[in-house]
Amino acid sequence: MSQQGYVAAPPYSQTQPGIGALSPPLRGHYGDPSHPTPPAGIMKPAGPLGPTAPVGVLPPGPPNSGAHQFVQNGPNISGYPQQRFPGPPSASDAAPPYPPYSHMPSATYPSPVSSSATTQLTNQLGSMQIHNYGPGMASGSQGIPAPPSAASFQGHPQLPQPAILQPGPRMPPPPPSMHNGLGTTPSLPPASRQDALPGSGPPTANFSSLPLSGQPPGPGYPPQPGANYGPPQMPGAQLSSPAGFPGGPAQMAGPMQPPKKLDPDSIPSPIQVIENDRSTRSGQVYTTNLRGQVPPLVTTDCVIQDQGNASPRYIRCTTYCFPATSDMAKQSQLPLAAIIKPFATVPPNEMPLYLVNHGETGPVRCNRCKAYMCPFMQFIEGGRKFQCGFCNCVNDVPPFYFQHLDHIGRRLDHYEKPELSLGSYEYVATLDYCRNNKPPNPPAYIFMIDVSYSNVKNGLVRLICEELKMVLENLPKEEQEEASAIRVGFVTYNKVLHFFNVKSNLAQPQMMVVTDVAEVFVPLLDGFLVNYQESKAVIHNLLDQIPEIFADSNENETVFAPVIQAGMEALKAADCPGKLYIFHSSLPTAEAPGKLKNRDDRKLINTDKEKTLFQPQTNIYETLAKDCVAAGCCVNLFLFPNQYVDVASMGLVTQQTGGTLYKYNNFQRHLDSQTFLNDLRNDVQKMTGFDAIMRVRTSTGFRATDFFGAIYMNNTTDVEMAAMDCDKAVTVEFKHDDKLSEDSGALIQCAVLYTTISGQRRLRIHNIGLNCSSQLADLYKSCETDALINFFAKSAFSAVLTQPLKTVRDILVHQTAHMLACYRKNCANPSAVSQLILPDAMKVFPVYMNSLLKNCVLLSRPEISMDERAYQRQLVMAMSVADTQLFFYPQLIPIHTMDIKSEILPAAIRCSEERLSEGGVFLLANGLRMFLWLGGSSPPELIQGIFNVPSFTHINTDVTSLPEVGSPYSQKLRLIMSNIQQKKPYSMKLTIVKQREQPEIAFRQFLVEDKGLYGGASYVDFLCCVHKEICQLLS
Amino acid sequence: MATYLEFIQQNEERDGVRFSWNVWPSSRLEATRMVVPLACLLTPLKERPDLPPVQYEPVLCSRPTCKAVLNPLCQVDYRAKLWACNFCFQRNQFPPAYAGISEMNQPAELMPQFSTIEYIVQRGPQTPLIFLYVVDTCLEEEDLQALKESLQMSLSLLPPDALVGLITFGRMVQVHELSCEGISKSYVFRGTKDLTAKQIQDMLGLTKPAMPAQQTRPVQPQGQPFISSRFLQPVHKIDMNLTDLLGELQRDPWPVTQGKRPLRSTGVALSIAVGLLEGTFPNTGARIMLFTGGPPTQGPGMVVGDELKVPIRSWHDIEKDNARFMKKATKHYEMLANRTATNGHCIDIYACALDQTGLLEMKCCANLTGGHMVMGDSFNTSLFKQTFQRVFSKDFNGDFRMAFGATLDVKTSRELKISGAIGPCISLNVKGPCVSENEYGISGTSQWKICSLDPTSTLGIYFEVVNQHNAPIPQGGRGAIQFVTQYQHSSTQRRIRVTTVARNWADAQNQLQHIEAAFDQEAAAVLMARLGVFRAESEEGPDVLRWLDRQLIRLCQKFGQYNKEDPNSFRLSDSFSLYPQFMFHLRRSPFLQVFNNSPDESSYYRHHFARQDLTQSLIMIQPILYSYSFHGPPEPVLLDSSSILADRILLMDTFFQIVIYLGETIAQWRKAGYQDMPEYENFKHLLQAPLDDAQDILQTRFPMPRYINTEHGGSQARFLLSKVNPSQTHNNLYAWGQESGAPILTDDVSLQVFMDHLKKLAVSSAS
Repeated sequence: MSQQGYVAAPPYSQTQPGIGALSPPLRGHYGDPSHPTPPAGIMKPAGPLGPTAPVGVLPPGPPNSGAHQFVQNGPNISGYPQQRFPGPPSASDAAPPYPPYSHMPSATYPSPVSSSATTQLTNQLGSMQIHNYGPGMASGSQGIPAPPSAASFQGHPQLPQPAILQPGPRMPPPPPSMHNGLGTTPSLPPASRQDALPGSGPPTANFSSLPLSGQPPGPGYPPQPGANYGPPQMPGAQLSSPAGFPGGPAQMAGPMQPPKKLDPDSIPSPIQVIENDRSTRSGQVYTTNLRGQVPPLVTTDCVIQDQGNASPRYIRCTTYCFPATSDMAKQSQLPLAAIIKPFATVPPNEMPLYLVNHGETGPVRCNRCKAYMCPFMQFIEGGRKFQCGFCNCVNDVPPFYFQHLDHIGRRLDHYEKPELSLGSYEYVATLDYCRNNKPPNPPAYIFMIDVSYSNVKNGLVRLICEELKMVLENLPKEEQEEASAIRVGFVTYNKVLHFFNVKSNLAQPQMMVVTDVAEVFVPLLDGFLVNYQESKAVIHNLLDQIPEIFADSNENETVFAPVIQAGMEALKAADCPGKLYIFHSSLPTAEAPGKLKNRDDRKLINTDKEKTLFQPQTNIYETLAKDCVAAGCCVNLFLFPNQYVDVASMGLVTQQTGGTLYKYNNFQRHLDSQTFLNDLRNDVQKMTGFDAIMRVRTSTGFRATDFFGAIYMNNTTDVEMAAMDCDKAVTVEFKHDDKLSEDSGALIQCAVLYTTISGQRRLRIHNIGLNCSSQLADLYKSCETDALINFFAKSAFSAVLTQPLKTVRDILVHQTAHMLACYRKNCANPSAVSQLILPDAMKVFPVYMNSLLKNCVLLSRPEISMDERAYQRQLVMAMSVADTQLFFYPQLIPIHTMDIKSEILPAAIRCSEERLSEGGVFLLANGLRMFLWLGGSSPPELIQGIFNVPSFTHINTDVTSLPEVGSPYSQKLRLIMSNIQQKKPYSMKLTIVKQREQPEIAFRQFLVEDKGLYGGASYVDFLCCVHKEICQLLS
Repeated sequence: MATYLEFIQQNEERDGVRFSWNVWPSSRLEATRMVVPLACLLTPLKERPDLPPVQYEPVLCSRPTCKAVLNPLCQVDYRAKLWACNFCFQRNQFPPAYAGISEMNQPAELMPQFSTIEYIVQRGPQTPLIFLYVVDTCLEEEDLQALKESLQMSLSLLPPDALVGLITFGRMVQVHELSCEGISKSYVFRGTKDLTAKQIQDMLGLTKPAMPAQQTRPVQPQGQPFISSRFLQPVHKIDMNLTDLLGELQRDPWPVTQGKRPLRSTGVALSIAVGLLEGTFPNTGARIMLFTGGPPTQGPGMVVGDELKVPIRSWHDIEKDNARFMKKATKHYEMLANRTATNGHCIDIYACALDQTGLLEMKCCANLTGGHMVMGDSFNTSLFKQTFQRVFSKDFNGDFRMAFGATLDVKTSRELKISGAIGPCISLNVKGPCVSENEYGISGTSQWKICSLDPTSTLGIYFEVVNQHNAPIPQGGRGAIQFVTQYQHSSTQRRIRVTTVARNWADAQNQLQHIEAAFDQEAAAVLMARLGVFRAESEEGPDVLRWLDRQLIRLCQKFGQYNKEDPNSFRLSDSFSLYPQFMFHLRRSPFLQVFNNSPDESSYYRHHFARQDLTQSLIMIQPILYSYSFHGPPEPVLLDSSSILADRILLMDTFFQIVIYLGETIAQWRKAGYQDMPEYENFKHLLQAPLDDAQDILQTRFPMPRYINTEHGGSQARFLLSKVNPSQTHNNLYAWGQESGAPILTDDVSLQVFMDHLKKLAVSSAS
């Protein structure tokens, strides 16, 4: 997997299915250090457009040709009947703007930019202005026949509803350096940047007039153009065109009044989008009976009814309408991917999966492609045969399965058989599907505790042992069963390993020390893995004693790889799959395989070698991971580091075995216990499938090429997971290998073969059908931003292993621009180039993308701990769409305004400092952490209510949980927090932050619409930047 | 002094020494013509209830190469307070403490009755005895249970301050930590991987983290007991713990599939035991007691693979060079045995299984370290249980009959040199002027280490007369030998026992009859047998027999009286008369014959033969047969088929077996139940008598013999029939139908035939 390149950009990868991503052209872009990077970055945008993309250095030529194309496309589009916007201005007006642009590449790029930048800018500004849309737009909007958003939304979802942003004055095509700055480079003096932004503010203002006049013009701006701007601005009408803003007109009005400043409210708001979706779809029943139907957002609560396609809880796609041809896919650069979460938890009010049992014959499958019986199979010849929806092979219906067809060619038992009528269901697997053709044993959990000095001293060992007693009472079990079938075992270790015999007939536990860490082995078989209920007395005895036994230990060194090895060998010896729970705190420096050295090498940050920091130090861990997967051994790692522990190396096995990594920096018992214990409980109780193999089958014309997640790939098609729990999602990317038919659509079947917690072998099948279209507009219409971000995050985070970070970032920016440019060019009604037009479904894509770019994984900053970056990288790789959504756009909830009597969650606000107020209290959550931010003048009654202290200054910020105060404020707040927590896989540690105190810095990092603390553009800046790139692409 | 017999007996009782010759031929040439070498059987710690140890240090000759101990044979000048060493003639001053001596006031060591004297010396720290149990868990449930009980029982027999340790093994090897409360803790090792002593100590955490050299030295003395205490604990502290631990001991839990032997890591287990003691208690008395129920099947020292279809090696395989693991395994155990011996520890092997357990390969562990070797069918037999119990038997003083870490130093007067020793010892490689180049047994040294010995442990020590023919010894001259045995008594005291003996010289040319009369044929037979058995370990069986035969013929030629070429004229004097018979039985004994014995059995028999005292050795060579009948009191009878009569009960003691055999008539009577009828009470008593006698033997012997109660026609009667002289066989038909014993179905030659041949060869001038 790690071999695969960063394949996000369709133009590159589409031609090379599978691992081909590393092929030369791509490398030309990503890896080749010979390119002078800054210019390359700038020019790259043009690259993909031109046929000669691989060439890193862009001669003026190709861009030109690209521009030409655009020019030609433009008119086509505008002439398209669907286009509702009268494009008059665009056709005519567009022409003029182009010249400057096309001229620009030749003029600007070759020349040393800095000196000429200003003049360039002025030129551009001038030209923009000239072609300002103001009037055009206005007229356009008036001419729009489309009804206001809401109506158009529901009634005619197929209508293009682009959000059009018109960045008034052009974004100055910034000099190369500036461009980089967007990505991350700190080189940009913030001050100037800020100044510059307002200038470009128009984008936000959206429409119109972003009069520069009011603001202090950036140094580079001649005042003049600003003056020019002012008046002609766009009427708010434009706003209405994007159906996305229902409140459009009203809002528009705001910005229209001559805003002195770029109004952030006027740029697309994720909150708005979420709330809209919520208001229209929340609480409703969403039935999956239609192919290619776009589901509600992950943030919207609704009831899902399976009527032939898998619920979006299981599968979400980046777009629900695939392009018919690979050319189209290339053109749009829209990634085609599905995020599959096969074991997702369904709420109690939805149907759990049906279990189909065909006895000894096992599931009915297509003879050729081996797809499982599903609603996509077509029964023919009176029901004697069926045609596979995936490969079109005609198969005989096995006699036992025969059923007559009704008048519409459907089997009479259509509604009786889940596999004929549902998108998701399970099969009981026969022995053929079992390892060695033997029924599997129930899984086992092995708890492996680091008992080195530091863990003993900080009380962690005692804490774990105490907690295990509780945790073990709640081992997961099948609903119908009395007791859990899961067996448990215990190991402690420092530089040697201690196994425990806790057989039920022993008076006291027996400890077996294995000191041969070079070749670790399992010293006992019988009595190591036991049934908890049977051996309860011995186990409790053991858990009581472990802290005592090691109380005087002064062993500082630990081993790590041998620990995993031992756990795996134990499972192997017991012939069962299982999970290891490893509680570890330090870098394993003891002499043993997998020994690690401290390599927290900040010198490598920002160099081509930076990627090595994400790779394991030694290949032992890769071998180990492979063995673990083969043995069905999933490794869950709880890290309690006080310093660098090399998460990149230590977490590898966890990552590849479908395990979960938890990290508690500088663990302090009184502060972090709760978070840790919640995580532990939660993890042990999780619904999990063991020893799983996932296979994604597709209908002809496309296929799954790349897989991202906490998985292991031994070949190109089978996704292997030692275990997969309900929170893990695998992101699958698809590529065309032929033309797709619009009639039959694109069908996907995901089959997961796994062992249940009670040791039953099962197949879980998820089916989903997507539409196909030869219209690009259909694609953009059916996009899902959250899924896109999930895909981009995973592909980028997987690329950091092999590509320089800068390349990864550039590709993200570039692809963003490209997707939008393609839309703009092919789908939007013609308008001035200076307008930023976003597809409605991707309206908030830029803000999410910007947040992704600002994530510490992609930021090459020595201030950020390498462990933290590796940790977050690993977490994101396994995240589902809902998790990435929250992770990249944290939820910020005003507490001071909440209605304590109401049941509903207060509406979130946008993650920007501007939204905070001195007199407010805000709760922020991103899935890993929670902050309670207290404004300097928060209402005392609120403080009293929440903290039970008289005033702001009395609040103790050294706590990680809120006191249980009986006041309604406290109750409501804690209810909100637990609601947020409930749906998330990681327990979020609460930090209480007072305004203008030191910890606020940490908090501010999560205000993702603002400029990043360690670099990274603000939302507005990023929009400008993207827009600029789009313009370049279009020109 | 009436007869030599009495003299010999008296000397044996006082000094524990039996010489082959009690008058020594005075020249080298004559000595070699005597055929049987000048040698002795020495029982260094022979029990001497009448000998109280003295509480001071011995006085040593000041010549550095001599250092003989002051003894009754020394010339003493009481006035000058000088004494002359009788070995090197060095004149020595008495130490100041002896200032008060006079002819009237002699220290004990100068009194003639103290030719053997024992000193208690206060030297060095006293370390408690150490017992390390190494227990095989691949046993049948029943066996394991019995073994566990025996081990638990043994805890009560140990000296309370003794340190005990426990290692168990099966597929893995577990070293148990004994000091834990509430949880039992053990260190586990893979059974397939050999580890160096260093690795073992590292892994057990016995090595201290590296510290500057000068710092470690002062720490060492206190540190050491602390470190080792985890695995070796005083019995009185942890006997409860250990009893529980033993009680919870489970059979090796690893599954054994059909057709496989359990995987048994004996080699590694022993290696770890040796390494553990090596690192913690070098040069102190320690017993590693290995209890095994089958052959080692994996790792270093494996004797056979785990496939049951491949049987363990037999003598046949060994001859055919078909025993693929033997050499490697032997090498492994030899390496361990040598290390153990170097550390002064000993290894006992208690092997109980129906099949062989690899004693052949492991024998050196017991042989070189003076450990016990016990072989039985099961741990659940009284043979094992009582034998094991007897390891901890106590003497008249209440001390354990075991001693450790002994060195035996032999000093000779200058007419003699030391050729070697045969017994449970290893050479200390001390070459001195009194070491001969003529080598017998473990040779090339005047000192041996005997890591463990008990009051019956007996060494054969061989000498060479080096006095030249042309340097006659004056009339009445005596040769002297001093045996100095330093050892750790079971009470942990260091003790030194000194035995000084002297014998007259005689000129073999004119005083041959003196020499002849002073021949101790019993001792000579045992000493020759030891030489033969020692050779048999490394040479082909027939070669050894041939060598023995030649020696016998030569002896007969030398001391027989006969006319040349006239076998009928051949006579031997009384002092030689039994010797040929001993040799006859020796040739038939399992010590030299491997037929019908497994390699393990041979090793086992030879092990005991090389360490028992003279009486026991003789029993081994020529079993004793007693007859019980209504014709008179019980009497010893000839070990001959003619002794097997219908109206007799026979009791045979072969050392390893006690056989009670009821003659045909007796058996019928018993079957008819006469013994239960009051009027035949005498028959009941007759039946009871041999049982009681057998019990007496069973009670005292170590190891306990196999007890066989059989009768005429019983399958077990073979034990008797195979031992008796086959004077009547199916071949000499004249015996059929006569009332004269039972015919033996064998082609072996009878004693009669043997003697006839011997006579013929002895008188023949050809040989």
